Amino acid sequence: MTSAVLKCCPVDVTVNRSLSTGKLHRVELLLQTKLAPGTLDVLLSKSFLCAPAVGVSNMIAKLAKTCTLRISPDKLNFILSDKLASGGVSMWCELEQENFFSEFQMEGISAANNEIYLELTSENLSRALKTAQNARALKIKLTNKHYPCLTVSIELLSVSSSSRIVTHDIPVKVIPRRLWKDLQEPTVPDSDVSIYLPVLKTMKSVVEKMKNISNHLIIEANLNGELNLKIETELVCVTTHFKDLGNPPLASENASQARNPEQMAEVHIDIRKLLQFLAGQQANPTKAVCNIVNNKIVHFDLLHEDVSLQYFIPALS
Amino acid sequence: MPLLTQQIQDENDYSLVASLDNVRNLSTVLKAIHFREHATCFATKNGIKVTVENAKCVQANAFIQAGIFQEFTVQEESVTFRINLTVLLDCLSIFGSSPMPGTLTALRMCYQGYGYPLMLFLEEGGVVTVCKINTQEPEETLDFDFCSTNVVNKVILQSEGLREAFSELDMTSEVLQITMSPDKPYFRLSTFGNAGSSHLDYPKDSDLMESFHCNQTQVNRSVLNIEVATDDEDTRFLY
Repeated sequence: MTSAVLKCCPVDVTVNRSLSTGKLHRVELLLQTKLAPGTLDVLLSKSFLCAPAVGVSNMIAKLAKTCTLRISPDKLNFILSDKLASGGVSMWCELEQENFFSEFQMEGISAANNEIYLELTSENLSRALKTAQNARALKIKLTNKHYPCLTVSIELLSVSSSSRIVTHDIPVKVIPRRLWKDLQEPTVPDSDVSIYLPVLKTMKSVVEKMKNISNHLIIEANLNGELNLKIETELVCVTTHFKDLGNPPLASENASQARNPEQMAEVHIDIRKLLQFLAGQQANPTKAVCNIVNNKIVHFDLLHEDVSLQYFIPALS
Repeated sequence: MPLLTQQIQDENDYSLVASLDNVRNLSTVLKAIHFREHATCFATKNGIKVTVENAKCVQANAFIQAGIFQEFTVQEESVTFRINLTVLLDCLSIFGSSPMPGTLTALRMCYQGYGYPLMLFLEEGGVVTVCKINTQEPEETLDFDFCSTNVVNKVILQSEGLREAFSELDMTSEVLQITMSPDKPYFRLSTFGNAGSSHLDYPKDSDLMESFHCNQTQVNRSVLNIEVATDDEDTRFLY
């Protein structure tokens, strides 16, 4: 067994790997909170660091039943890319580890492929982290207990100032190197229209009601800051008009001159997929952009504080 | 807002045009009678009556007086159409069933005439939703012939108390018996179930009694498995 310890500031990862079988035995990912224990300030700081992690895991649990967690030296990614299983929807969520953890240690399979890909059931992670809302310390390790697990150890402080540890073992599947190519960051398509989203709560209320009437929905927008949600059945047509939303500056000058600002780009999508995406957003994001490729795909690009989320819904065939 | 002003210019010949500052004044009342998919709307210059019927034996009516609306115009003597009430309610509550405190959703309702769809314009916080609901041939609704001169007894109760009473009724009873009398027990709901008979009495000077006019004692029975819906307004019983 070789044990490779790579210290990259300020993070330590220990990998125990069998030379003969190449099987990964143990990877230790140590995340600890910033300050020394024992003071009130520390407790507040700790819950401040843990709460956003809980928020992200809750959001992911709402967006994807099963997802891939990719761990690299700088970032954590939650990935949904199994087009067949998700009905064409894909998701790429990214957070910089330094914005969340004061200590972060990881080491991948090799120096050249310094990444770890794990498949897990999202709800297991959010449920485990729920205990960590007001934790004193949070440790996550990759362990092997008959099968690979993400072991989440949460140190809680009780009223009597004595601490107790709650441990959750989340079964994970380590994804082999040969499958990593299917889990790369999706290329953002050249969109026909790019527009800032309205208040997501309003969008969600409207789409929830529209779902009672129809299974499909048309989302359309133009470069004049207008976005419409439309449903149409034999019995009823409902259109919700959002105005004055603003459009982000276009990447290419030529594109903006060529296109009529009033002209709508539209996509017919499954209404449940849109509702699932909206239901996953608990707070209004710092930045929310919607990119539409006419009749092909709608791409949502959100930033929640330090977490970026991209969600792709394809057109109905 | 350009969308609405264009609409208003065309509306002079419309059979029915109505505006409400708060759509919930309408949706709450309609929810109370929503026990079937379809409803018949009957509008005159006095207001709108929405009727829901079940198997020709139960009829619920919601009356929304013209005075409730900020604007109310009916061109002909009466306007009638049949509409999908489920869809209508989904549209009226498009911005959410429970409104955020302090926000109001405004409604403008337009009906061009026979064969045209019902148009709804709902606005909340600058966002406008336009709904176009197809209408159908109105069906004959039961006319219970509530002629005022034949009214023997009239009791008006606050619906909250009555709703509580209805929820406590013994459902093993096949019938609900309603007794009204100028003498005691004044107003009584009775059931006859497996455990025995039970009576709920409302004295005529009870707080829940809005008005009580009884000329003679009357006992009526009705089948108990009918759903009863009450809204936030007073419930009326006319016998």
